[in-house]
Amino acid sequence: MTDTDWPLWEVFVRSRRGLSHTHAGSLHAPDAELALRNARDLYTRRGEGVSLWVVPSAAITASSPDEKDPFFEPAADKPYRHPTFYEIPEGVRHL
Amino acid sequence: MATTAHRTARTREDDRTDGRSDEDVLASAYETAFDAAVAADERIEPRDWMPDAYRSTLVRQIAQHAHSEIIGMQPEANWITRAPSLRRKAILMAKVQDEAGHGLYLYSAAETLGTSREELLDKLHSGRQKYSSIFNYPTLTWADVGAIGWLVDGAAITNQVPLCRCSYGPYARAMVRICKEESFHQRQGYELLLTLSRGTPEQHAMAQDAVDRWWWPSLMMFGPPDDESQHSAQSMAWKIKRHSNDELRQRFVDICVPQAESLGLTLPDPELRWNEERGHYDFGPIDWSEFKQVLKGNGPCNEQRMSRRRRAHEEGAWVREAAAAYATKHNGAETTSAGETSAGDTAAGRTGTAHTGETGVRRA
Repeated sequence: MTDTDWPLWEVFVRSRRGLSHTHAGSLHAPDAELALRNARDLYTRRGEGVSLWVVPSAAITASSPDEKDPFFEPAADKPYRHPTFYEIPEGVRHL
Repeated sequence: MATTAHRTARTREDDRTDGRSDEDVLASAYETAFDAAVAADERIEPRDWMPDAYRSTLVRQIAQHAHSEIIGMQPEANWITRAPSLRRKAILMAKVQDEAGHGLYLYSAAETLGTSREELLDKLHSGRQKYSSIFNYPTLTWADVGAIGWLVDGAAITNQVPLCRCSYGPYARAMVRICKEESFHQRQGYELLLTLSRGTPEQHAMAQDAVDRWWWPSLMMFGPPDDESQHSAQSMAWKIKRHSNDELRQRFVDICVPQAESLGLTLPDPELRWNEERGHYDFGPIDWSEFKQVLKGNGPCNEQRMSRRRRAHEEGAWVREAAAAYATKHNGAETTSAGETSAGDTAAGRTGTAHTGETGVRRA
């Protein structure tokens, strides 16, 4: 074991109640409990968070940067999903 | 732009008449995408294609930076047990803990480039990767803790603020967190020196002596002059570096001179004077032969820093082994519960599964 790194964990911090957890960084730890404790010491030394998630990095499935164009393309040709797509006569309010 | 290039990269071989292989076309399209992203001031992220030399330059620089944070704990930790008050002791402990944290942020950033923590530490311990030569100077008196905070951390901040806009995303993000914390380091050092400077004549002399010893090594922290800096031009083109060594050094001198006046201390350079025409302070020549000697390993503390670092690593081995054994023993015995708060412990048994972070590719 001495010659092998502990597994990597991704750390997510909720900075205050009402906000979602945001990715803060990563760290190595042998298990979930120590990952959580290390995350507290590493990412919240100055009151940066009120809640922490640690996730094994190996458990995350990510989209590939090579595929980013076709993968996200369906969003590009649907301008009607945006409110600015629609023409509204002048003077109409609260719409 | 990146998008067009990536699309071009997937043009089928059959559609081409120029005889180039798919690999060649892919490589050049990726390179175009990379150059365009850098030119547009976009960030390069871990899974993007990047030139091998860009990757190795970043690994070298981030590793050296991380090692500096870790080795940098030693000269200051030297004074924790002898801090003159509980207030100063608590501050110094918090600062040294921050340095450890900075090292960890940076190791994580380096690991997103495909290296491992183990490899990085191994290269530090075997001397194949360097740390900043400033940490090979001894902390002879309590005032040195102040001088390190003011001058060494001050020089580091001058260097690091532009790195927050570095083209490599994980490094830039680590630098943002580090810079926020460094400000406390610098101010506590300045306050410490100010207290000594306004104290008894002996305390004032101690503060002056520390500044006299740390001034020149701090100026050397910016690296060799621009015309002798081997990596500078390429790093600036890649937007890893945003300013040249000499430019940052001048900026630091200009900042420090008035700060020294407010401290009631002098800087040990008889040639230091305001140059109206340049709008900067002129300063005397730096003794680069000393810099090279310390870099070569002949500084006052090189031996001590390295042997202590290796010993700490070796003596901590049983802790790492015990934690891993505990994780292995308890993994599988627990059932993973579902829900928002359960992170699970599924990785515990995967010790040795190399993963490079930022959801990057697995290493072979």
